[in-house]
Amino acid sequence: MPLLGGVEVSLAEEEIRKVREILGREPNAVEAGMIDVMWSEHCSYKSSKIVLKQLPKEGERVVVGPGYDAGVVDIGGGYVAVFKIESHNHPSALDPYNGAATGIGGIVRDILCMGARPIALLDSLRFGPLKSSHSKWLLRYVVKGIGDYGNCIGIPTVAGEIEFDESFERNCLVNVVCVGVARRDEIVLARADRPGDLVLLVGGATGRDGIHGVTFASRSLTENSEEDRPAVQVGDPFTKKLLIEATLEAIKTGFIRGLKDLGGGGLTCASSEMAYKGRRGMEIDVSKVHLRETGMTPFEIMLSESQERMLFIVDPAGIDKVTAIMDKYELQWSIIGRVIEEEEIVVKANGEIVARLPTKILADPPTINREAKKPAYLDELLKIEPPPMPSDLSLTLMNLLSSENIASKEWVYRQYDHEVGIRSVVKCGDGDAAVLRILGEDKGIAVASDCNSKHCYLDPYHGGAGAVAEACRNIVSVGAEPVAIVDCLNFGNPEKPEIFWQFKMAVQGIADMCRALSIPCVGGNVSFYNDDEVTGKAVKPSPVVVSLGVVEPLSSIVTMPFKEPGDEVLIVGETFRELGGSEYYYTIHGIEGGKPPIVRFEQERKTLEFVLEAARRGLLKAAHDCSKGGIAVSLAVMSIKSGLGADVDVAAIPAEEMRLDELLFSESHSRFIISTSNEMAEECFKLARKHHVTLSSIGRVKDDGIFLLRFKGEKSLLCKVDDIIEAWKKGFERRMGWG
Amino acid sequence: MVKVAVLQFPGSNCDLDTLYVLRNVIKLDAELVWHREFKANVYDAVVLPGGFSYGDALRAGVIAAYSPAMKHVKEMAREGKPVLGICNGFQILVEAGILPGALVRNDTLTFICKWVYLRLENNKTVFTWKGKVGQVLAMPIAHNEGKYFNDEKGLKELYENEQVVFRYSNINGEVTPEANPNGSLDNIAGICNVERNVLGLMPHPERAAEVILSPYRTKDGLLIFEAMAEFLRGKGVATSRWS
Repeated sequence: MPLLGGVEVSLAEEEIRKVREILGREPNAVEAGMIDVMWSEHCSYKSSKIVLKQLPKEGERVVVGPGYDAGVVDIGGGYVAVFKIESHNHPSALDPYNGAATGIGGIVRDILCMGARPIALLDSLRFGPLKSSHSKWLLRYVVKGIGDYGNCIGIPTVAGEIEFDESFERNCLVNVVCVGVARRDEIVLARADRPGDLVLLVGGATGRDGIHGVTFASRSLTENSEEDRPAVQVGDPFTKKLLIEATLEAIKTGFIRGLKDLGGGGLTCASSEMAYKGRRGMEIDVSKVHLRETGMTPFEIMLSESQERMLFIVDPAGIDKVTAIMDKYELQWSIIGRVIEEEEIVVKANGEIVARLPTKILADPPTINREAKKPAYLDELLKIEPPPMPSDLSLTLMNLLSSENIASKEWVYRQYDHEVGIRSVVKCGDGDAAVLRILGEDKGIAVASDCNSKHCYLDPYHGGAGAVAEACRNIVSVGAEPVAIVDCLNFGNPEKPEIFWQFKMAVQGIADMCRALSIPCVGGNVSFYNDDEVTGKAVKPSPVVVSLGVVEPLSSIVTMPFKEPGDEVLIVGETFRELGGSEYYYTIHGIEGGKPPIVRFEQERKTLEFVLEAARRGLLKAAHDCSKGGIAVSLAVMSIKSGLGADVDVAAIPAEEMRLDELLFSESHSRFIISTSNEMAEECFKLARKHHVTLSSIGRVKDDGIFLLRFKGEKSLLCKVDDIIEAWKKGFERRMGWG
Repeated sequence: MVKVAVLQFPGSNCDLDTLYVLRNVIKLDAELVWHREFKANVYDAVVLPGGFSYGDALRAGVIAAYSPAMKHVKEMAREGKPVLGICNGFQILVEAGILPGALVRNDTLTFICKWVYLRLENNKTVFTWKGKVGQVLAMPIAHNEGKYFNDEKGLKELYENEQVVFRYSNINGEVTPEANPNGSLDNIAGICNVERNVLGLMPHPERAAEVILSPYRTKDGLLIFEAMAEFLRGKGVATSRWS
């Protein structure tokens, strides 16, 4: 690695030249370390910044958009929802338990430092297929890490998704989401703008763990990555719980002027970003920092990524009151510096200045314009011959239901406390989105995360757009109105033009879909270098989208299970011959290619508006979107969840010309299965006409214990409800075993 | 007016939930009390909420059990005041020796969060006098160490003194091995002291006190809090009648 200031840095030669040019001198070792961290991909977004500019950030409800630790949206009644998603991929690939646990720790701090109480967690996970014992090991300990941390701090893990694909075998993706609520006037910003204010460091003692965590996250995994294990931090949920309560109590004093968590880049990142946002500077004395180990150098203290730490900017008049709260919770604290007029970060140790840098060089590094090129593989993959039609569609459905991508994830969410907080109204597995009530109000927040990496691989533009569409469909299918999204963009090495092309196209898809739905993107995270230098393979592009919605009154909530025998079953939207990247091709035929679903933007918007209005008017008894596994799997899951049967005429499904198996398992967008009473069906049709949405009655809910799909007089697919329940419920557990 | 304390240890995390139910659903005068400030003589009843007191270090509940606040809890228990321990609160009461037995690692060796059914075995306590023996209640559990254990002699005493209050059952009230989520001895989910004024249980009644939170549209958790509230307001039956 090249040298800067006499130390090894992970910067390119050109970047090193730029540092010297901006600074007009050679930085010393401490300064070089600080610049190295802040110019890393993880902290600087240097490759992605230009591309991310196209995401729409504006909206009536937006209180705080991208650029802060979390997005803040107004949900009415004086409340705001705060949410953010972050990746912890590299650490989890090496040390799944601590990697995932500290992922939760980090995302919780992001919500907390906006002044909001964290009320829910979600996890969006990707692993290699479970036939590999390595993947099983990763999954088992990632789930345990998330559970042990989340359960202990008393924040329920309420939803999430898991995908399995060979491309995640060595590079698992662990994305975590936290949602918070606050009164609008309680929001605090990560900003230091009043010279003389004190800088207070609270929480865990600073040690040597996690040094260079961000530079480790900003390069590909190699066969030597095991040596980077010390870059993985170790979490302490007990201290975090105290930190949460102490922080929320301290904010109530009114003396907290700025607040930021210490995550990637440690003290260097927190201090420089807060000072830069406030157009001021900060003076920090590292000899005041409470330490866990002796003999730590200023370099190590400034770069440590030790967990469970928060940086408070405190009005000097209130410092005693604030530190008394920290004492009550038995948290360690130290006053480590003050806000200064000059826009620079001055680091002192034992009275001597050891680093002095302009805030801009740290907090606003130069961006890079990367080359993008469409990969050659794509056109080949799209031209795949359709596989033969299976002879037994019932068996095909059973195989899909028990497949690891579709089967119930109860094995996972049983290990998460999803009830603590007494807000969980729609619980894990009961709806397409989780719904959390606002205590004391007749109002709830709906939240769901989505991404179909197999679709994205074949068409990153429509894959990105589709992730937004599906996340929003999940929100309206519980009766909530989507109001904002955040995204977590997981890709390979951006220095490779084919990977950067995937990234660009996916972001463009997300941006176009957001615009079509008039939904802003209020925050996000980019994770590059998710590739494996040993095999040379990158992960399938995975732009994970989290949509947040508002539902009120709570009585308008709709859930997934069928409700009563005799209810009419209807399908919203049209089905196209779009099987590329489908679960059906992957699980049943072992095919990776084909023409993936495209998003019809205008139709998607109309469909969402129709379902939302139908839910609000109380016309829907059950709703579920069609996604992985297509119509057959959606219908089956609604049966499974209720224990009720269904009798459906497939010929009534509005669709273009295609084979029966394609009709049942195509993963076209803009579709829902709904059920309604006979009396309300006519109203549904009227409403569909008003919204220019295709709606077709396809069958009835039955209590005969049979799940039946007919086609032109034939019983094309017939299963006992008990059998599909068994297949779906046991599919995952059978692979993992309990315990 | 009667006053109920929700006792907070570092790491308690169902404290706010319990307070919400006591205040907003049961309409009792309740407050959060930090363990260092807790005094027995100020309160008419105390609830030890769920959570991970002291991060479950060493063993769930053991550090809190040795805190000075527990001397006050013991005093209240002795005086016949209602003492309710939920989940980690139950673990603390057991570790403090206020309730007999032990709570050990679930048989699955994993955390388990799910709704279960409980059969009411004893309605002669401060917390269950409003229910019927054999009544089935739906509530969620969420714990790592909820497997109740006692030795042969201890178990015999529990039954002799009618201290078994709740057992895991199926929806029909049948106490079966399949209905036992964590491997608890005899499916035991909750027990009381000999005097019937202290109840500890692993399931969370505060999470089952409102219809909107229940997958079955029930509010069975209310039974426990309502019985305590009415007892405190003097409407309940005096404990002396039960011993």
